[in-house]
Amino acid sequence: MVTATETKKVKFEILRQDTPESTPYWEKFEVNYRPNMNVISALMEIRQNPVNVDGKSTTPVTWDMNCLEEVCGACSMVINGRPRQSCSALIDQLTQPIQLAPMKTFPVVRDLQVDRTRMFDSLKKVKAWVPIDGSYDLGEGPRMPERKRQWAYELSKCMTCGVCLEACPNVNSGSNFMGPAPLSQVRLFNAHPTGSMNKDERLNTIMGDGGLANCGNAQNCVVACPKGIPLTTSIAALNRDTTVQMFKDFFGSDHMVD
Amino acid sequence: MSKEREFYWRRLHSLLGIIPVGLFLTQHLVVNHFATRGEEAFNNASHFMESLPFRYMLEIFVIFLPLMFHAFYGLYIAFTAKHNPQRFGTLRNYLFILQRFTGIFLVVFIVWHVFETRFQAAIGAKEVNFNMMAEILSNPWMLGFYIVGVISATFHLANGIWSFLVSWGITQSARSQQIATYVTLVIFLALSVVGVQALLAFV
Repeated sequence: MVTATETKKVKFEILRQDTPESTPYWEKFEVNYRPNMNVISALMEIRQNPVNVDGKSTTPVTWDMNCLEEVCGACSMVINGRPRQSCSALIDQLTQPIQLAPMKTFPVVRDLQVDRTRMFDSLKKVKAWVPIDGSYDLGEGPRMPERKRQWAYELSKCMTCGVCLEACPNVNSGSNFMGPAPLSQVRLFNAHPTGSMNKDERLNTIMGDGGLANCGNAQNCVVACPKGIPLTTSIAALNRDTTVQMFKDFFGSDHMVD
Repeated sequence: MSKEREFYWRRLHSLLGIIPVGLFLTQHLVVNHFATRGEEAFNNASHFMESLPFRYMLEIFVIFLPLMFHAFYGLYIAFTAKHNPQRFGTLRNYLFILQRFTGIFLVVFIVWHVFETRFQAAIGAKEVNFNMMAEILSNPWMLGFYIVGVISATFHLANGIWSFLVSWGITQSARSQQIATYVTLVIFLALSVVGVQALLAFV
């Protein structure tokens, strides 16, 4: 029996790019509708049968994905103008034709696949970890109050997906702003009882090139963040911390932390 | 300017926008308001300002240098942004864009305004008084230009106070930032009324 849902088509317009340097072009696709489809399952349909709307055979569309449950951050792309994860973008909730484009804040590898290396470099730069490695066992660190842990857990949900960088007007080819995500990680690791032992180092890093001061408070990041991380509160809190650090650095404290 | 020093330049830019530039703007608009009390009141007030001791020092260090730094570093900031209101049509995103547009416009407006008034007085071509402004503003295009200029300045200051509060880490929570939005909106409206009333008094 042929039902209406089986013949229903989902229309796609995909911004494609064959190599990192080549010119992008739009290509239209139609896939058969299935209930509960998301953008990724539709892309998988196109990959199975890479034929565009004109019936011409084409190369399969390339994209990144991993967890398929919005925790890894790999499948971010611009869907109908908004940067978000394609795994949690349900076809039923999107207006058609569904436009897919890569997050062009990052270098495009191919089609919808981008290179988010700059975010990982920023995390390394700000030392977004708790340094405990050494030549002997340091033992237990100081305890973290439970309520603080619960609050910090929200900040730890960041999956380096790049949506906040794509949303930020100040992260672009004309600036080297590291963007909201790594900044919020500075707040997370500075809040950790052991991590805070290096907080002056992290603050001094974000007071440097491409750091905190590049924020222009457009506050798109907090609207765009798929994990609901209070990025603008993190930035404002770091603004206060760096204000204190700036005066400490200048007027000269004889110890680094606290 | 070194990128490594960016943090300090940005903080200085934020601070100078309020002190002294913002304070000077407020004082300027308030003194202009004497125009609503008539020609003589305005001329007396303007003469008083002109005859302040250390006038040139005040003009250079309280107005000219801070304003120049704020303007030129501000232009650099304004042109680094890549606006995206079609993606994020939120109030803050529009205010972010407006802050940059009014900033660019104000550079043009203030250069013209200073050339037309203070510079003319400096080369001895004209005297800054009620008649000078009445003459300038008798042209309806100029009146429009000045009204847009004053409102741009009051907006840029009010929204700049909001950003200052965030940039220095005073307002952190979403709630405090929201209340700061309302407070700065009141500042914008109040200063705009003062500024525009003064302009209309010359017509």
